[in-house]
Amino acid sequence: MIRVKFPIVTAVAALTFAMDAAAQSNTVDEIAKYRQQLQDGNPAELWEARGEGLWKQKRGPKNVSLEQCDLGKGAGVVKGAYAALPRHFADADRVMDLETRLVHCMVTLQGFTLADATRRPFGAGSNRADLEALTAYVTSESRGVTMNVALHHAKEKEAYRLGEKIFYFRAGPHDFACSTCHAEDGKRIRLQDLPNLTQKAGAQLGYTTWPAYRVSQGELRTFQWRLYDCFRQQRFPEMKYGSEASVALTTFLAYNANGAAFNAPSIKR
Amino acid sequence: MRIANTSLSRLAGFAAFATLAGCVGMSDQEASQKALEVMKASFNQRGQAGMDRLIQDDAQNLCSRPPTIELPKEVAARIEKTNHASIKYPADGKLMGDWRLGERIAQTGIGKQFSDDPKVPAGANCYACHQLSKAEISFGTIGPSLYNFGKLRGASEPIQRYTYGKIYNAQAFSACSNMPRFGHNGILTEQQMKDLTALLLDPNSPVNQ
Repeated sequence: MIRVKFPIVTAVAALTFAMDAAAQSNTVDEIAKYRQQLQDGNPAELWEARGEGLWKQKRGPKNVSLEQCDLGKGAGVVKGAYAALPRHFADADRVMDLETRLVHCMVTLQGFTLADATRRPFGAGSNRADLEALTAYVTSESRGVTMNVALHHAKEKEAYRLGEKIFYFRAGPHDFACSTCHAEDGKRIRLQDLPNLTQKAGAQLGYTTWPAYRVSQGELRTFQWRLYDCFRQQRFPEMKYGSEASVALTTFLAYNANGAAFNAPSIKR
Repeated sequence: MRIANTSLSRLAGFAAFATLAGCVGMSDQEASQKALEVMKASFNQRGQAGMDRLIQDDAQNLCSRPPTIELPKEVAARIEKTNHASIKYPADGKLMGDWRLGERIAQTGIGKQFSDDPKVPAGANCYACHQLSKAEISFGTIGPSLYNFGKLRGASEPIQRYTYGKIYNAQAFSACSNMPRFGHNGILTEQQMKDLTALLLDPNSPVNQ
């Protein structure tokens, strides 16, 4: 590797580091405890319940429910559907993640325009986002299901390949890529642990815990939101909701998480 | 601002990643091109973040790769040489500013995001990736610890020039470094980089206590 290591490590520095490490490991332990406590009573359940209602409710210009929406396991099958997404859908002839598929069903089944269906993908306070609730409901029906994303169709293989390229794509004023923070083991930003998404264990830990109720925001956030906000911090332009790049990147990460039990909606700080 | 050496782009072709190539009939270069097209269709300009941010310079292009795959030595050397040539040292010859202001800049993470006000000066967010002072225990580990950076090295003229230059353009010394090129890409002002140099080297700075 080309990286120049800082050459000087003295006994003084090592000792100081050991003392700091003790103070720090206390802090990290406290954060772990806090996260553990959060697991009891996850407000994500409110989004799940509202989403189930929205799924079954007759809505849109055509006044029908989403119960005939095919999430990949046949019309109306919700159980376990999320653990096999993204996938190629013949009726749209493209690879879709859950959120893109929900929008597709809102347009084709319920008669919403694309603009209406995607007007507010991320909620803020009383401006709630139906897509976040629907996503919470559908993902909750995959809790405990083993991640099993397939790359059979040529477009699924292509999505994975492009997602991998996008993961390593460095650009913008800060030269950041996803890989800047997520391609090495045991790294942190401030005190926040960063999963290595290029390795199975890291991808499984990272991917299977989204969507999540974010305590700091008081909102349930989906995987589309996770990517949207990572790109914002990468100093990229604004990611379009459900865009091809977002689905490709999701395919790359979801496939890497195969074999793990899906465990969301979760709760995060 | 951008590195002019376009021949470096052509070198990207030989840096083919054997482990990644091979599926769906696209060469590595074709996959990169397709990925860029897809990205251009997948983002919108917003605020100060224009679509030009998706256009890579040569270093960005050559460094878009898994860190586990080694960059050919001659490519790394060329990246470092080109980036080194971009460093502009202050005209007044002074490289050390005020470490107190440097500490504030090191703590601040805003700047250049589409959600940021472009009129507010950007921070360097050093603590996101580095340990610096002993008092701040909320530090990241993507970069090496910089605690006692100046105490270990002194603050001689060559060390000041190295430190200022590293902040200005980290890839002048380490091709494909994860560290932003703060001067080269116009993230920080000259004065801010002087203040950070002082934070690292001034004997009174908490970094060196």
